[in-house]
Amino acid sequence: MDQSKTIKLYQDMLLLRRFEEETGRLYMEGDIRGFCHLYIGEEAIAVGSISCLSEKDYIITHYRDHGHALARGINPKNIMSELMGKSDGTSAGKGGSMHIFDVSKRFMGGHAIVGGQLPIACGLGFASKYQEENSIVLCFLGDGAVNEGEFHESMNLASLWKLPILFCLENNLYGMGTHVNKTRSSGKDIYKIADSYKIPSMQIDGMDVLEVQKATQQSIEKIRSGEGPVFLEAMCYRFRGHSMADPSSYRKSQEVVEWQKNDPIIKLEKFLSNQKIIDQQKILKIKESVDSEIFDCIEFAKNSPDPKIESLLENVYQNE
Amino acid sequence: MSNLTLRESIKTGLIEALESDTKVFLMGEDIGDYNGAYAVTAGLLKKFGPKRIIDTPISESVILGTGIGAAAAGLRPIVEIMTINFLLLAFDQLINHAAKLRYMSNGQIEVPLVLRTVTGGGAQLGATHSQSFEGWLAAVPGLKVVCPSTPKDALGLFRTSMKQKDPVVFAEHALLYGVKEEVPDEFFEIPFGKANIKRSGDSITIISYSGMVRTCMAASEIISKDFNVECEVIDLRTLRPLDFETIIKSVKKTGRAVVVEETWKTGGFGANISESIQLEAFDYLDGPIIRIASEDVPAPYNRKLELGTIPSEEKIVAAIKQNFSI
Ligand SMILES: Cc1ncc(C[n+]2csc(CCOP(=O)(O)OP(=O)(O)O)c2C)c(N)n1
Ligand SMILES: [Mg+2]
Repeated sequence: MDQSKTIKLYQDMLLLRRFEEETGRLYMEGDIRGFCHLYIGEEAIAVGSISCLSEKDYIITHYRDHGHALARGINPKNIMSELMGKSDGTSAGKGGSMHIFDVSKRFMGGHAIVGGQLPIACGLGFASKYQEENSIVLCFLGDGAVNEGEFHESMNLASLWKLPILFCLENNLYGMGTHVNKTRSSGKDIYKIADSYKIPSMQIDGMDVLEVQKATQQSIEKIRSGEGPVFLEAMCYRFRGHSMADPSSYRKSQEVVEWQKNDPIIKLEKFLSNQKIIDQQKILKIKESVDSEIFDCIEFAKNSPDPKIESLLENVYQNE
Repeated sequence: MSNLTLRESIKTGLIEALESDTKVFLMGEDIGDYNGAYAVTAGLLKKFGPKRIIDTPISESVILGTGIGAAAAGLRPIVEIMTINFLLLAFDQLINHAAKLRYMSNGQIEVPLVLRTVTGGGAQLGATHSQSFEGWLAAVPGLKVVCPSTPKDALGLFRTSMKQKDPVVFAEHALLYGVKEEVPDEFFEIPFGKANIKRSGDSITIISYSGMVRTCMAASEIISKDFNVECEVIDLRTLRPLDFETIIKSVKKTGRAVVVEETWKTGGFGANISESIQLEAFDYLDGPIIRIASEDVPAPYNRKLELGTIPSEEKIVAAIKQNFSI
């Protein structure tokens, strides 16, 4: 594999990590409000899978969407501005953390109703097929969404109509504070559900960006050949709370520590230096450049004006 | 002119839309092989083929969600939800998604989707199959709500619906499908937010929509004959946008307002109308604003009980007599 591309994965994961660390800090300082769900620990999934997409492919995801948006290459300045509710935000302050959109990048949202993005993913896939575009839909969902009716309706339809969708389940073992063992009748191996819909599926290590990338590439090939959807279950863990409002009473700190030993960024960093693809100096340089990008984007967002009050009533309907 | 039933006029609109744009497709339960639960789409599968006329599983959420996603990706879906009662299973997609995407994305996403569904009671289908939710839906910013009461209006409003870049709920009253009317052969449209004065009068304004318009017309005839009092009957045609101007103009003229609808009285759309009337035309009113709606009960099966809940011309006449001392 092209070494520079692997380095890019590292850089991107670092960008997501540092962005979210600063987002957490800004939340504590009151610059960001509302519900805010950090992606820390799950970076390998967004970065690995989105690296396989082409420009014409769609992404649709849930409310834990900052990482997906960054990995898609949406300008972090605009994402950060949206988190702060500013006029330079991706939705000029109308969406917020859970509702990031950038249609120019075919990033179709940030959806905050658990499972709500799945039927829409079917529609995007349907349109691609109807218009013979051969674009695919990468649809992220959490383990909690699997228990919604919308999930099952969507799985059935996607398979029945052979829609070009890659369902990427981020199984971080919890839906808010409830462990999957308490919510799944068939246990925590969720990928097996796909069998009953005749959707090919696989469980992968979501803490390993190279594994995610490889599995995604294979899945996309299958999907582009017209065989219908594929279901990936990426096992992962969020290192922070469910949202910034999480009391974290439901899991032991030792569990978090154990998973942190599996940090996807450290893992790739080790791989890169063991393979002599980059040295310490280069790593430092990357870290510095990511840091300065993040600080620029915070500065930008803080300086971005609030939306004008007149914008309140705009975009409910098409301009009449 | 052609003498068309409401069923035929809507079908005419569907065929036109399908013929004029390959981005248009129909999707819903039993619309193809079965020809549609209310036979509106009869023969369309044969005419346009399975790519354009798509039978779906009984999965209201994903039917509507697929329409939303397809619309967001540039297609022009016409989604049929068999009846408005079943639309409840897709409320998440309709209200949390279709109605919000333009706003939440600050205009980046458009959802030009026409959702056809069947509303209303009166066919002894009992509590789960006799409801009218178009008034609820009109309370949701981001949705447009159309409820035609005649074949001509249905076609004209349908054509306008297909031009919208926003989600439109097109609610067809089940008991109106067989109603006939002369419909012009030459092309016409009926704009949204333009009420129709079905009958002019100078004494009482009756405001209604959907199936109840006919009942109001019948009541007005009785009142004219028996009391020599002329009612002005306004058919709203679209609840959102709402033609408030026509309502106010009429009430200022008549000084009396009656709002009639088929849904439950509590929380009915008519409450919004009467609130606005008292605000805008208080000084012109010669009496209270009367609201007539169904009883606050689940719709019963038994015919006598069912007739007891839905507003009838007798009830309307009685309420007018009692309140306006005519
Ligand atoms: C329909 C619905 N029910 C409940 C919620 C509240 N809620 C928000 S996130 C969440 C947990 C979802 O967990 P999961 O799908 O595993 O995603 P994760 O947060 O772990 O990434 C819940 C219950 C919601 N937003 N939508
Ligand atoms: Mg989870």
